[in-house]
Formats: sequence, structure tokens, C-alpha cells
Amino acid sequence: MEKTPFFHALKIDEDTCIGCSRCMKICPTEALRVRDGKAVLMPDRCIDCGNCFKVCPTRSIYIEQDDFENIFNFPIRVALVPAVFMGQFPNDITVSRIYGILKDLGFTHVLETESSIPIYTAAKNKYAAENPDIRPLISTFCPAIVRLIQVKFPGLTDNLIPLRAPLDITAMYIRRKIKEEMDLKDDQIGIFYITPCAAKIAAVKNPVGEEKSLVDGVINMDSLYNRVYHEIKKQGHGYKEQKLPVSQLSADGVLTSLTNGERRLSDAHHSYSIDEIHNVIEFLEKVENEEIEDVDFLELRACDQSCPGGILTCDNRFLICERVFGRARKIADRERKGEQTKDHELEEERNYLMRHMKVGEIHPRSMLVLDDNIAVALEKMKKIDEYRARLPQTDCGICGAPTCDALARDIVCDNAELTDCVFIQRNLEARGNMDVQESLKIMEVIWGKAKMNDYVKKK
Amino acid sequence: MHLEYQVYEADFVNAGAASSAIKKTLKQLNVSPQIIKRVVVALYEAEVNAIAHAYGGMIYADIEPDKIVLKVEDKGPGIPDIDWAMQEGNSTASPEVRNMGFGAGMGLPNIQKNVDKLNVTSTVGVGTTVEMEVNFV
Repeated sequence: MEKTPFFHALKIDEDTCIGCSRCMKICPTEALRVRDGKAVLMPDRCIDCGNCFKVCPTRSIYIEQDDFENIFNFPIRVALVPAVFMGQFPNDITVSRIYGILKDLGFTHVLETESSIPIYTAAKNKYAAENPDIRPLISTFCPAIVRLIQVKFPGLTDNLIPLRAPLDITAMYIRRKIKEEMDLKDDQIGIFYITPCAAKIAAVKNPVGEEKSLVDGVINMDSLYNRVYHEIKKQGHGYKEQKLPVSQLSADGVLTSLTNGERRLSDAHHSYSIDEIHNVIEFLEKVENEEIEDVDFLELRACDQSCPGGILTCDNRFLICERVFGRARKIADRERKGEQTKDHELEEERNYLMRHMKVGEIHPRSMLVLDDNIAVALEKMKKIDEYRARLPQTDCGICGAPTCDALARDIVCDNAELTDCVFIQRNLEARGNMDVQESLKIMEVIWGKAKMNDYVKKK
Repeated sequence: MHLEYQVYEADFVNAGAASSAIKKTLKQLNVSPQIIKRVVVALYEAEVNAIAHAYGGMIYADIEPDKIVLKVEDKGPGIPDIDWAMQEGNSTASPEVRNMGFGAGMGLPNIQKNVDKLNVTSTVGVGTTVEMEVNFV
């Protein structure tokens, strides 16, 4: 099992966190606890899905990004933009106009990540044909899903398709192209990925199956959106834009980051596209049990509606979906009329890219294993069952753990005490084995001093 | 560690619940994913057999540090000729159950393929017991 720590882009600001525990309750891998009135992350369990970020009422969970000004460390500054970014803006803001603004903001080149979709698709289908015994094959497009499988479904890590994601393929392409065309070295080219989510950042900073990413920095989609929108406002009404050349995406490419976007291009006979992390978990449980027959390919996305539902997107995900569909429809029209060929600028580098598609092995990182030694793990499991039997099964969360099961596990792993449970405290008090001061102290350790004082302000 | 699960006649909706629970347990014990898969596949077949071809029964699991011992005991019509039933394609399934997609005759052979020890005993008109062992190493 991998021992290097998982990088997490999701961070908790202790100064603004009010210990409301909403994040703790919603986390699909039970990776959060409350200690001293603040949310605390268990890094081995976190998959960077961002459900906590969405639900935090004080925005105390934030996504660390690189400083925008870092782009100026490089003479060549490439904005690697997912197509979904364009869908954040209303339809009267053209793609060309957005490109223009990105260049005004300081980027020298703009390229959409979906440029490499035709090659990515070909590579996936080729891998499937060359590995007929591995079924189902699971796409690694969504990094949160890759991590979900590593920690919660470690038996399925061999089913992950070990190929680079489109963002990396496109980064590889543009870096190589600029180096050749402009005769530059790597350290003169800065490639910056505009990310719709925390998981993509984690994938860039800490790639699975790779030592180093091809990208030099990450910029959050919401902060770039603000900058671009600010420029749009400054441009004012009736702005006459210059038509700039934009990435020639195919209609298929534009649709990739939407649900069903990969599945529709797969050669597989039986495939499923599932979005939203709880749906994915439910389905993977069945796949793991081999309850579902004849599955060839799985497209799995952590966010509802896939990337348009990414945690850093800036509009309602259904509106974004419709805009992206609209763009794909227009391109499909042009393709049908022969006004745009399906061939693509990356085609000239196809051979090179196809040769450099594979990533290293993706290792399981099970969060479920109690101990490496089966005999010790069995003992721990028995103890967990004993503790579980004494807990109320209400999953109230007052112990600072999301469920009674989680508390039982935490106790056996020396991260909590049985007396953290408020039901146990009351029972002990009733029997005279604990006094109220002791139980208040325990609650203070979990919830901090502030929650233990009467909130009502005296007049 | 001893675990017990009851399975009910024709309860197709919940078929697999016991295998799922055992899988969850084994995942926490650092048993290799390949071995967990074999256990789950074998147990699932036995579980479905008890539900689809018999009148339900009990699943007993004993997890030891080096192996898992499973016993699936059903009340049901039983198997008249066990050697015959162990061959691929042979099934004692009723026409109604075949209509539902069960009874391809692959269950017992599939169990055999996945376990290290297998013992099937049966009394016609009373029921069938399937005993299986899978080693962890």
C-alpha cells in the first residue's frame, strides 16, 4: 500500500470555523471529526470530493490555490482551461471574447483541456481491446473517484484505466509544441490549470501513479471567473470584440465533462455513467459483489451533473450543462456541414502522445483496514462490536464523530473515548459514576469553550 | 469471530445482503482483495441458492486469522444427486425460478472454483448444507 501522504487541497480555516458539524455529517467517507469546537480532517480518508466545502455555512473550508501572480514567473504562460469554464458565462459572451480577456489578464496562450479528447478516447478504447480480461474498466477522468476507489473499494484499483487524464495529455502536447516552435526550455513555460474542483488540484499536486505533474500551478475556477467577469463589466455594453482563434474542440470533446460524455464515445457494449458520489458508492458496492453482470466500462463522476456541478463552478449546474450542450450542438452542426473537420491540431503529435499515455500503477490505500495483521485486526473488530453494542445507534454526532460506528472505530484506534458519547455520560451520571463537571469537561474538549457557555447575551 | 445471517425464501430483493456484510468485515481485516472476491462470489452463489431453490435458511461464518469457514444450511427440496448437480449446466431449479433467470446450473461449479474446501450434503425433502473454506494466505 502507498505510504506517501495524500495531498489535500481542501483546508479548514480554524479562525472562522464555528464547529457546526455539517461537514462532518455529509462527508461520504467519514473523514471529518470535531475537536475543540473545530472541524478536523482525517487525511487518510479524505478523497477531496468537496461535499464539505459545499455545505460549510461560514466558508471555513476553502480550497488552496496558487497565487495568480505566480503566472508572471514564466515568460510563456499557458491557461489550460476546461470547456466547462466557458459554460459559466451567459451565451452572449463568446468563447473568443473570454480568450481575449484571459490574454489581457496575462496569459500568452489559452488552450482548452478537451483538445486531447480524440486521442484520449482512442487510447482508452485501445487499452480496452488489449486487456479483454479486465472488466469493468473504470475511467480515471475524475480524480475524486480514483481516490474513492483507492480508499473505499481497494479491490477495484486494478480496474482503473491507467492512462493520463485529458488535462495532462493536453499539457504534454502544448509544452512540447511551444518548446519546439519557440526553442524554449521547460522552466520558461508555465502551464496553469484552471480547476473546477479540489480533486483536480490534488491530482495535479500529488498525481496518482506519477512523480510529478506536467502542470506548474493551479488557479481556482471561481476566482478566475471573478477576474474575467470584472473585465467584462469594464468593457461595458456594445463592446466590439476582436474575433480570436480558439481551440478547435470537437462536439464530442465539449461534451466529455458532462455526464455520459465519455460513455457515448466508448466502444464498450455495456457501460454505465453515474454521477454524484453517493450514487457511485451504491453502484460500486454492487460491482464489487459481482452482482451486476457484463459491465464493460464505467464512467463515474463525483459531482452531480459531473463537472458543471464541480464545487468551484459559479452558476447553477443545470444552466451550465445547457450552455455546454448548446456549444456542442453548434459545433456538431458545423462538423455535419463540413465547416469544421473532426481532425484536430493535436493530431500532428498523435504518435508521441499515444506513446506517453500510460501512468504507473495505481495502488490501493484502504481506509477500512484495522491492522496489517489479521489476528490483531480480528481482535480490534471484536472490540469495535462490543463498543458498538453499548452505543445508542442514533448517529447524533455529539461525540464529535459522524456515526456511532465511527465512534466505535475511533475508540479502538485510540482516537476517542467511550465517555465522549453523551448517552454514556448521562448513564454514568445517573449511576453516580460521573459528575456533571466531568462530563462538561469532556464536551468542552470536543466542542470548545464557546459552545459550553450560554449563548444568550445578557442585556 | 462468529457471524450469523438468516436468509428468507424467495427474498430476491435482499439476495446478497449476507455476502455484502461479510465482505465489509473482511475488508477491515486486510484480507487481500482477490481472496475477498473469491469468498464473496462463492458465498453469494450459496446464498442465492438457498433463496431461489430452497425455502431459506441460515448462513454461519467463522473468521479465523488464517481462513474463513462458511456454512450455508437451508430447508428445502434438497439435491437428489450431488455429483450430477456439481456439473456445469445441471440444475434442480423449478420452471418458475428458471423463468426468473436462475437455474443456469453454474452456481455449485462456481463455488467449487473459488473455495479451497467444499462439502455439499443433502437430504431430499429436508434441505441442503454447503460447507466452504477459503484460506487467507
